[in-house]
Amino acid sequence: MDDALSAEAEMVHDRPGRLREFWFYFRENRGAVIGLWIFAVFAFLAIFGPWIAPHDATQQFRAATLQPPVWQEGGTWSHILGTDPLGRDMLSRLIVGARYSFFVGIVVVSIAASGGIIVGLISGFAPKWLDTIIMRIMDIILAFPSLLLALVLVAILGPSLTNAMIAIAIVLQPHYVRLTRASVISERQKDYVTSARVVGAGTLRLMVVTVLPNCLAPIIVQAALSFSTAILDAAALGFLGMGAQPPTPEWGTMLAEAREFILRAWWVVTFPGLAILVTVLAINLMGDGLRDALDPKLKRS
Amino acid sequence: MLKYVLSRLATFIPTFIGVTLISFAFIRVLPGDPIVVMAGERGITEERYAQLQQQFGFDRPIYVQFWDYFTGVLQGDLGNSFVTKKPVWDEFFSLFPATLELSICAMIFAVALGLPAGVIAAVNRGKFFDRALMSTALVGYSMPIFWWALLLIIVFSGNLGWTPVSGRIDLLYYFPNATGFMLIDSLASGQDGAFLSALRHLLLPTIVLGTIPLAVIARQTRSAMLEVLGEDYIRTARAKGMSSGRINGIHALRNALIPVITVIGLSVGTLLAGAILTETIFSWPGIGKWMVDSIFRRDYPVVQGGLLLIAVMVMVVNLTVDMLYGIINPKIRKR
Repeated sequence: MDDALSAEAEMVHDRPGRLREFWFYFRENRGAVIGLWIFAVFAFLAIFGPWIAPHDATQQFRAATLQPPVWQEGGTWSHILGTDPLGRDMLSRLIVGARYSFFVGIVVVSIAASGGIIVGLISGFAPKWLDTIIMRIMDIILAFPSLLLALVLVAILGPSLTNAMIAIAIVLQPHYVRLTRASVISERQKDYVTSARVVGAGTLRLMVVTVLPNCLAPIIVQAALSFSTAILDAAALGFLGMGAQPPTPEWGTMLAEAREFILRAWWVVTFPGLAILVTVLAINLMGDGLRDALDPKLKRS
Repeated sequence: MLKYVLSRLATFIPTFIGVTLISFAFIRVLPGDPIVVMAGERGITEERYAQLQQQFGFDRPIYVQFWDYFTGVLQGDLGNSFVTKKPVWDEFFSLFPATLELSICAMIFAVALGLPAGVIAAVNRGKFFDRALMSTALVGYSMPIFWWALLLIIVFSGNLGWTPVSGRIDLLYYFPNATGFMLIDSLASGQDGAFLSALRHLLLPTIVLGTIPLAVIARQTRSAMLEVLGEDYIRTARAKGMSSGRINGIHALRNALIPVITVIGLSVGTLLAGAILTETIFSWPGIGKWMVDSIFRRDYPVVQGGLLLIAVMVMVVNLTVDMLYGIINPKIRKR
């Protein structure tokens, strides 16, 4: 009670910082906070995975191929989630695999977002003809179903995780362009931009310093959502044999390797997919929370 | 309205040319010389190589090649498959009904469950039912569908033995391929159990392909309903003493449907992308599996032609949705 009162008193004195205000709204969404915690565990595993994993991810225990998880008959504590057809420890592979998905998410979002923001800014400030050309090119990319375009791009570049990331980044990038351009155009008409121009700010300064910070909210939300899309698509490409190549313990690739054993050993199929689902779900929950916290229209004042 | 239609068409044409250009470019950038690929493991003499290069026109300037390709596309000529030697156009349209049948069933599944779920969630906003439905929808939305397919196979085909794992119908049955839609053809054939067999083959792929659209539609319906339920005319209807079933079902839903229809139209791309995975897993002989197989076989004309046809199809559907939207909502036309 006292805390609430003093916090209120503080709020009267000085406006809370942006970050604190954001956290205030974000915290209200319980799902988003749970998502954040799961994401934190995911990030932790991605960084420290190889040191935490009980076994080496590629070590083959020849005596224990397709061993079931510990709670089933025949399971042992040394392989808690069982082993795969080559006798590799499932739990270790899942833990080590976290870093591939995390890496995919980070790299894809960085490339797609930075590229998209730059192109979107240019498009928003450019003369009409250039803007039209840029937007038509984005329309063309968006006309192809994303997974199909990524698949064909990977076929051109050669199947590997790096090429899969490049392909997915290219496919996701138009969303950022559109989003940035739309916010730039609506911001440009506002008075503060005009006044900055009157004071003598150059176009580059207007773009990067004046307008861009005010366009970031929807882009951040999009970044969170495309983080999960990137993980899903990379796993799908891995599953089709066009992403990470065996023996990399990438989750989608693990699923592809395990496919023929589905009716004999449910665990080799269930756990990698569950890992993908939980991660993607956590990120989407976070994305929903971010949107609610950053979108002023939805804020309850 | 005419102006709106024309302006939408004006953006369609350059996009179409661009899409053609991109799918044309792919065959020239793909690693491996297409002629060497065609020759296979026996190799090829230099004379024959030059002859083939001339035959396919690879020795001419690139813009001439593109012009030929573009005019060919407009006449429905997409070249022949390296593997089957049949025209890509014919192959596409002989396989397309399988994908269309699957997509339509998936969409019916998604709408039939998603629409009521969204309405019920919106009406019970904040209550247990709303939360349970929306959490489920978020799980569905985050679902790696290739894994979902495998799980369903484990449970329904493996443990319960209810559904077959692959194909469109049991090999037992044979009948002419009149419409290309297995459900209709099997029913028309009049053979005992054929229709049931087709239906059982269709069940799991439909669920798998429909899952993400289902989640999207449920979420979209809920938010559209919530928005409409806050409008004044709903309050008026309530004040008049109208029953809540009538308000929710007729007055609110009708207006909430507009954004939902857009979402349904826009999920065609999602469906086709999902079809790639679903068809590969269930060995469903549609265009998704055809594309994946062709990519692995380096059957360039097929990859090129398929990519183009799929993109054009997505564009046409989006254009149609835009037009419909313009008809339903006059405000859009003014922009």
